[in-house]
Amino acid sequence: MSSAFLYALVGVGLFTLGLYALIVHTHLLRKILAINVMASGVFLVLVALAARTQGATPDPVPHAMVITGIVVAVSATALALALMLRVRAETGRAELAEESQE
Amino acid sequence: MKKTRKPKSITENGKKPAQFRLLPAVLLSALAVGLGYAVLSLPSQASGLSEPVAANLESSGVSNPVTAVLLNFRGYDTLLELGVLLLALLGVWSLGAAPKRRESSPGLVLEMLSRLLVPLLILVAGYLLWIGVHAPGGAFQAGSVLATAGVLSLLTGWRLDTRFSGLPLRITLVAGLGVFVVVGIVLIPMGGRLLAYPPSFAGALILLIEAAATLSIGITLAALFLGGRPETGGHS
Repeated sequence: MSSAFLYALVGVGLFTLGLYALIVHTHLLRKILAINVMASGVFLVLVALAARTQGATPDPVPHAMVITGIVVAVSATALALALMLRVRAETGRAELAEESQE
Repeated sequence: MKKTRKPKSITENGKKPAQFRLLPAVLLSALAVGLGYAVLSLPSQASGLSEPVAANLESSGVSNPVTAVLLNFRGYDTLLELGVLLLALLGVWSLGAAPKRRESSPGLVLEMLSRLLVPLLILVAGYLLWIGVHAPGGAFQAGSVLATAGVLSLLTGWRLDTRFSGLPLRITLVAGLGVFVVVGIVLIPMGGRLLAYPPSFAGALILLIEAAATLSIGITLAALFLGGRPETGGHS
């Protein structure tokens, strides 16, 4: 097993950890952080799998995807944080209301 | 009146109770095993798209394969991605004006550090933009570094003059997407397709698009950090 797969497996682990935290935690800031951890896992998988080429230069296409992905993740996080602040200003809590309540 | 009462299904530490945590843990462990198996079942040697990229690198106008993919082979992705950035900023701005600045002093260390670092960061951004033609670097890296210069300035209490926060700021924000779209449309009668650069001056076009994109990405990220629409001047 090459080191590329080790990194890819770590990426899978990060993704699943992030998904778990996204489901379990109710605070919106923790959910936003969890999504960022998930994104880091995906980026790690992409970059790791790009290194499976024969020569020294890795596959540039996943690298390009990760570069755009990082910037999109940052801007999406900023939008999510702004929405969270708005939710907190409206309801006094940075959590989403339970659907079972009226 | 603000509601502070917590629903009963949530414990004090903001987590769901144990029976709601065990099921996701079990299911996600299965998911992790499945994903891990999928990753490991991939061939250990795969060139992916690196061979077609290397074969066409000559005609792309740049010698850094990542920049060639970003701005030339998959330019469409990058175009839409700049649109996503702009949409995120529109979303943040539509939620309201930027929070009022606090009147506290930033402190000597932060002030000195920002004075030293901001010019250096702008210089590094320009260097990354230029070097991206043939080495790791490019519009996104340069834009991110430019954004850190903006964020550092914002942290020290600096705000854009209200004369510039109206139309001039908005023009800078859409410059990257605008130049990209204009170049793409102008090239349709010449190349026949959207964003199909002629190899003879592809390098210059890519640098033009990247320069505008760097400026837009940097300003957009810094504006996102501000967390709301900046105040504009009276006559805008």
